[in-house]
Amino acid sequence: MEQLREVLRTRRDGIVRRWFDYIIETYPEETAAFLKSKRDPFTNPVGSTIKEGIEGIIDYIVGEGEEEVQTFLDRIIRIRAVQDFKPSEAVEFVFHLKDIVRAEVGMRLDEPEIRRQLREFDSSVDKLALLAFDIFMECREKIYELKATELKNMTYKLLERAKLLDELDKHKW
Amino acid sequence: MAKAAKPPKPEEITKTLDYRKTPKGPWIDTKVEFRPGMYCYGTRPKYLEEVDMPNPREWSTSDEDWKLPENWKEIFLEGMEDRLRKHRSFRLFMDICVRCGACADKCHFYIGTGDPKNMPVLRAELLRSIYRRYFTTGGKLLKRTAGARELTEEVFKELWYYAYQCTECRRCSVFCPYGIDTAEITIMVRELVNLLGCNTDWIMGPVANCYHKGNHLGLEPHTIQSNIEMMCDDIEEITGIRIEPTFNRKGAEILFVTPSGDLFAVPGVYTAMGYLMLFHELGLDYTWSTYASEGGNFGFFTSLEMAKRLYYKVYAEAERLGVKFIIGGECGHMWRLWHQYLATFWKPPENLETPKSPITGTVFEHASASKVVHVVEFTADLIRHGKLKLDPSRNDHLRVTFHDSCNTSRGMGFFEEPRYVIKNVCNHFYEMPENTIREKTFCCGSGSGLNASENMELRMRGGLPRANAVRYVHEKYGVNMLANVCAIDRAALPTLMQYWVPGVEVCGVHELVGNALVMTGEKKRTMDLRLEPLPGFEEEEEEEE
Repeated sequence: MEQLREVLRTRRDGIVRRWFDYIIETYPEETAAFLKSKRDPFTNPVGSTIKEGIEGIIDYIVGEGEEEVQTFLDRIIRIRAVQDFKPSEAVEFVFHLKDIVRAEVGMRLDEPEIRRQLREFDSSVDKLALLAFDIFMECREKIYELKATELKNMTYKLLERAKLLDELDKHKW
Repeated sequence: MAKAAKPPKPEEITKTLDYRKTPKGPWIDTKVEFRPGMYCYGTRPKYLEEVDMPNPREWSTSDEDWKLPENWKEIFLEGMEDRLRKHRSFRLFMDICVRCGACADKCHFYIGTGDPKNMPVLRAELLRSIYRRYFTTGGKLLKRTAGARELTEEVFKELWYYAYQCTECRRCSVFCPYGIDTAEITIMVRELVNLLGCNTDWIMGPVANCYHKGNHLGLEPHTIQSNIEMMCDDIEEITGIRIEPTFNRKGAEILFVTPSGDLFAVPGVYTAMGYLMLFHELGLDYTWSTYASEGGNFGFFTSLEMAKRLYYKVYAEAERLGVKFIIGGECGHMWRLWHQYLATFWKPPENLETPKSPITGTVFEHASASKVVHVVEFTADLIRHGKLKLDPSRNDHLRVTFHDSCNTSRGMGFFEEPRYVIKNVCNHFYEMPENTIREKTFCCGSGSGLNASENMELRMRGGLPRANAVRYVHEKYGVNMLANVCAIDRAALPTLMQYWVPGVEVCGVHELVGNALVMTGEKKRTMDLRLEPLPGFEEEEEEEE
């Protein structure tokens, strides 16, 4: 995939910009403007996390990323998992990377070697999408676990006070 | 031929799918959608009945029909007129906004949800549009052209939905060039929906408990006493010192009141252990009360009138016991109320004096009206005068950051004292970025009675800006403890951290004080207040003997 990687490396900024815009457009218009314009990561955690996340993913794909791609994907998905997205909507942006890369590759699409490498690239994007889905599920399960834990903690204290828990029971909690 | 066999391009497929959610058209036409995870359950009628609040009934937030009384619109508008007359600030805030948008991106809920109706300006506009339609000539004549709209059931539900997506944290007001306090607009909307019996169960339950039993959790006197005694058992195990606090003791110099969460919930109980140890070491002439047993006030999230009713007992108990002043525990909204409202809600009894530390002689002049002093102010003064023997190395396994509570910072201007205390009891303290602390602090996302479990998505979104700043110091400095001076923070932040920044725990400032405090006659400490081994102070192995 070396030739394609080379193309991606030279077109990195364009790819990041297009992919970022695509994700941001899934938010309402006024919000998209805010998410795009504010650079400070503490004023705009959603926009900056997405930006940082996709840069990390692209660097990983072109072979320059040091950190695990999972960390970057996690940061984006963790946010989308608690926002108003259906599971498909939350992870769909990953597939769109295929379109963006094709648009950036442009004329060189006619080269057989590039086309072959693109197929290889597509399958790595598919793997990324599956990984995104795993992370999404993990986040949703975490949300339900946190709800359950809060309720359990309240009940636990009551049972403990009422001396209805023996040592064995305590371990089960 | 090959062309015909080509599968459709991904772009062509995605074109057929509607992933774009941008509402089309003006906000006024965008219908509210109640999304599970974003709201709390409606209150049960019994809680309203217990405190004589109007329109109790069985209803559910997710139902189409909220069973509003027939004349609901009249009640709402009369209530609004009444409040516009009573609170000049409310009328001013309805009139003067120029929609400059300075507040828009300052709200943690807007930052985390991306929902434009969470921009403080637009959230307030939901009510302003009603104000214009029914209380201004321009709005009455020009209607929609003047930004006015009819009050319908759907509009009422929208007001409700967004009034409970605001934690009254007042961060937006810091940035408003006119000084509009959007939290006060939320307070008014909540008062109005309460006229129609539409509180949440999570708020109304504690209100009813507090009214009848003295505290939000409904702890009865013997339970309060035995809970504190259980803490004393743990303190004895850790330090070898038996503490015997007093309850409802007449003639004590000081009455101590803290949120009931400190008496029951983890990690609040560790903070309460810190108070107990500190007061014992000082030999302070103080007492706990099983009657005035709640520092917090969920009445404030209901109506100012209810806040006033629930706080009657604080001064009443101070008068009954004949104390000289009151020390309050670590809480957020309690301090906004005690600092800004209490002395005008109820007149302080004659026996109360301007608080004067019996240990250092410091007079807390700023508390001369309310006669209450915050425990962190009290402790900071002790440290400043060298009255405490501290061993901060006992907290060396902790890398601590401090979360300013919205109400102590923006409602009280209280920034340095907690930092001063932490820096004296810990060796590793790191600040979060400047635009996320002090007066610009981000809310925990669960304040003002939103710390239920059913609205977990809302809490996680609202807490994202705070968690994002914690993640920064966690990654940069290895911060593993988020200290605060608020009982709601202690209840809500552990969950927030588990989702966004695993590896960071939460504690009250006085838990750190309790760990570092060298007490007279104590045994060698090997455990912290959580009864966990204290790194670097573990019990020595036998072979060393």
